[in-house]
Amino acid sequence: MPDAPLHLMGGRHRQSGRITFPHPGDGFDTVALPSRGTLWSYTVQRFRPKSPPYAGPEIFEPWALAYVELPGAVIVEARLVEVEFDAIRIGMALELTKVALDPAASAPVWLPAFRPATEDGQ
Amino acid sequence: MSAATNVCIIGIGIHPFGRTDGVSGLDQGAYAVRAALADAGVGWGDVQFAYGGSDAAGNPDTMVDRLGLTGVQFINVKNGCATGGSALFSAQMAIRSGEFELGLAVGFDKHPRGAFNAMPAEYNLPEWYGAAGYMVTTQFFAAKIMRYMHLHGISRRTLGLVAQKAFANGVHAPHAWRREEVALDTILDAPMVSDPFTKYMFCSPGEGGVALLLASERKARELGIRPIHLAAATMRTRPAHSFEVFAPSIDIGGGVNTATRLASAAAFEKAGIGPDEIDVAQLQDTEAGAEIMHMAENGFCADGDQEQWIAQGRTRIDGALPVNTDGGCLACGEPIGASGLRQVYENVVQLRGAGGGRQVPGTPRTAYSHVYGAPGVSAVTILHT
Repeated sequence: MPDAPLHLMGGRHRQSGRITFPHPGDGFDTVALPSRGTLWSYTVQRFRPKSPPYAGPEIFEPWALAYVELPGAVIVEARLVEVEFDAIRIGMALELTKVALDPAASAPVWLPAFRPATEDGQ
Repeated sequence: MSAATNVCIIGIGIHPFGRTDGVSGLDQGAYAVRAALADAGVGWGDVQFAYGGSDAAGNPDTMVDRLGLTGVQFINVKNGCATGGSALFSAQMAIRSGEFELGLAVGFDKHPRGAFNAMPAEYNLPEWYGAAGYMVTTQFFAAKIMRYMHLHGISRRTLGLVAQKAFANGVHAPHAWRREEVALDTILDAPMVSDPFTKYMFCSPGEGGVALLLASERKARELGIRPIHLAAATMRTRPAHSFEVFAPSIDIGGGVNTATRLASAAAFEKAGIGPDEIDVAQLQDTEAGAEIMHMAENGFCADGDQEQWIAQGRTRIDGALPVNTDGGCLACGEPIGASGLRQVYENVVQLRGAGGGRQVPGTPRTAYSHVYGAPGVSAVTILHT
């Protein structure tokens, strides 16, 4: 079974048309956000966040955090994967994927993530 | 405005910032109140009202146990990083209204070691957002400056210079936590916490207390005190399209308008002066990038000018606009309830000419303070002699 295409679901405010992520609930229509965009800003999380609320693995590996501009919609916060930290550049083209919060978990919690865009978008 | 409703600062007190094991946050606040009373030469019984703020160290009004059960009106303020600024704003309103003529703004805090630990539910965010590791304030500051550096040509070296200046200034501030100079290379080459920031570029949550005694101009003259005038105190919340801490999404084109820009513009308008007429400024510097962005957000320079300003030393104590003369949050740490009041304390010290080794030369006559915090609140004051 191939995975169904990934989409982030945002909310569009019924009066103003403003799109936010995640979907805030009442008063917003559900919209599928574009799955390709460009890197708006980023940082690298170099220390393990406090638990709670962090639910990642005890053994911490730094990960990159991105704000990704999805054209015509909104800028979303997500993990940034499949790129060396030193190679990250604001403006780079990205596409949606997912990453496990704990790669070793038998039933992982998946998080939205972006990776450098492939040529054909597949 | 009249002498009855013009507001002055007549007394200041501070409990040293940092870590004081065995002394509660509340007692650090009470210590600061006693120091402010002694500074002004008035008694606790003369204080008609108080506004007190603490984020994590208990109810400020219980301080009356320590100071005296005079029945004083004592109102607690809780407003995130703007707590101290909000306490001061409320206190000056009480005098401006004509209701009172002598009162207190006090703030204190005592935070556990390590980064602040916010929970998603406190910010109307889903549980997964915290589980993912995004409830981390340092991420926001890093992402905000990363974008800003890209847009406006600010180098990492400039971040380092801001931190270096903070520690150099802290050496001369008895109330500062970090009182040793740190070499620029040490700052730049230290372990990275959240790119582009190394550990020396972030302030630490800490402890401390500050109290400011306010009076009408008439009362100050009656007491024979040379007053420092509070020309403006403003507090604003975030406008539309801003980029704040714990933001799962941002509007396209957003991140330009800020609560700081609103509070700053309102303060300058109220004081009837412009940024070029300010002699010394304390700007929120929870990390080295914040000071840089806040120079522009508060109207002191255009976006991108900071690279040259800082290279030329214009924000050093002997520069054209000295910024964070006591080392700011970087050198003093951040006890949330006290932080904004520390800035005003430092400004009063400077306007009195009592800054010792950190005194701004040439008799400064105007002083500006600015605080910013989650989830997009900002408070500004302008003082003049």
